[in-house]
Amino acid sequence: MTNTRQPRGAPYLFLSPFLLLFMAFTAYPLLRSMTLSLQQTFGPRATQFVGMDNFRFLFADPRFWKALKNTAVFTAGSIFIQLPCSLGLAMLLNKPGIRGRAFFRLIFFSPSLVGLVFVAMIFSIIFEKRTGLLNVALHHAFGFNVDFPWLQEYVMSALILASLWMYVGFNMVYFLAALQNVSKDLLEAAEIDGAGFFSRFINITLPAISPVGSFVVLLSLVGGFQLFELPYILLNGSGPNSQGLTVVMYLFQTGFETGDLGYASAIGWVLALLLILFAICQRVFSSVRES
Amino acid sequence: MIRRCLVYSILVALAAIILIPFAYLFSASVKTSNDFFSSLFLPAGNGLFGIAWDRLTFSNYTRLFTQMEFGRYTLNSFFFSSVISVLATLSSAMGGFALAKYDFRGRRALTDLVLAAIVIPPALLLAPTYQMLFHLGLLDTVMGFILPAIAPAFGVYLFRQAMLTGVPTELIEAARIEGCGEIRIFFSIALPLVRPMIGAFLLITFLATWNNFISPQIVLQTPERFPLAVAIAQMKGTYSQDYGLLMAGTVVSVLPVLVLFLLLQREFIAGLTSGAVKG
Repeated sequence: MTNTRQPRGAPYLFLSPFLLLFMAFTAYPLLRSMTLSLQQTFGPRATQFVGMDNFRFLFADPRFWKALKNTAVFTAGSIFIQLPCSLGLAMLLNKPGIRGRAFFRLIFFSPSLVGLVFVAMIFSIIFEKRTGLLNVALHHAFGFNVDFPWLQEYVMSALILASLWMYVGFNMVYFLAALQNVSKDLLEAAEIDGAGFFSRFINITLPAISPVGSFVVLLSLVGGFQLFELPYILLNGSGPNSQGLTVVMYLFQTGFETGDLGYASAIGWVLALLLILFAICQRVFSSVRES
Repeated sequence: MIRRCLVYSILVALAAIILIPFAYLFSASVKTSNDFFSSLFLPAGNGLFGIAWDRLTFSNYTRLFTQMEFGRYTLNSFFFSSVISVLATLSSAMGGFALAKYDFRGRRALTDLVLAAIVIPPALLLAPTYQMLFHLGLLDTVMGFILPAIAPAFGVYLFRQAMLTGVPTELIEAARIEGCGEIRIFFSIALPLVRPMIGAFLLITFLATWNNFISPQIVLQTPERFPLAVAIAQMKGTYSQDYGLLMAGTVVSVLPVLVLFLLLQREFIAGLTSGAVKG
């Protein structure tokens, strides 16, 4: 039977390409980012140890708080506006007897294939104040002259709208899968018993999709907090009064436009800890619901 | 019946809303700058469907490829996306295979490490990676963009799951008795059994690399090495008023991935069904 034993070296051989690169380009930079966050740098070469000063300065930095606030508002917008839309769309598509489901799913999903940079390019002309599609369409719909300065004053609404277009179908795919877990018998029984649409939704559908639902909320939280390219390209930077400044944009600008890689790493760590906190909250939420 | 009609009309209306930005993009890319401001989609005229077809122009596209280096950027995007997706898939599949199908020292620890690495936000690694690439002399090189991108923890995790459920251990043991080497077991037994995952991961990585902006923006400085995402962002800064040109550039950047996805979607379904028939 000795010839059926697995060779000792084989797993290490198979793991070596991944492991070498992972150690060099993920594990080492991760450790390095800890020491970097305690330094002040001027470009990649000149560094100076400053201890916890970066973090102390960060928590007193109004630009950082502005970035954090903007990012939180955007994320809340995408969770409270986008996810209900996605769920509604999934429920429409999940109605019995709908033909062409795959076709509709493909259309609704297609914007999420377009990169954020290119979405920003498309929406830069859609949000154009006078000639842009959105204001012209609103003008036709309501009759009076509309020139909402989307990219000058309603920056957050513009960002939420653009990301709604991009991700509504992406999240819909998750909800569509989750809706397959909803018991049809239970829904029918409830309907016969006279339960209205709303009470069926609250008592039967929502509990059945909530495991997937909490995962999608986590995805939106994590994705929303890493928003960068969309406002950066759409507004050519942080926009008027830094209305479009986000946490990752601030990291990018301090690290690669100002050249302080240390401060950028400190911002990165605050972001990472926030995201880990979200993940833990989701875990706790799921385990509480299960028990 | 009436209710179903209502559902269909809502679905069609919503699908139209989703498609309108694409239509707006395509029509903006074939208009002259005069027509850009005077017409919303295609300019009105006496042609078929009331559209002035003769006023449409491909000059925006020809300018991209003659006066600018868009052919080069497109090639760069294809090069980076193909190389990174193939190498990342290979390293992930090998790593996932080892974690799923071998008993060895440190297997638990490595699996936990891979899982933990998934939650690291990429932005956190930007500054230290930049500094490291600088010291290695890899800034503004093709390798500086490719090397950090081809060892994705997420990929190893996905392939580990796929190998655990999709590759029977008895099959591997039987192959060993027949005298099959470990490398051949991986390539001719394990890989074919996880084909759907290979296709899916190749496609995800290709798309993510094609659409990636922040890494190439930080690593690359010479315009000849730029992928489309970086090139178009720069172009928006310099040609901010030339909407036709900008939109033509966006079409060139978006169309290949949309077409690729449409083509491979069919391939996916075929792959999945053939696997089901055989299995």
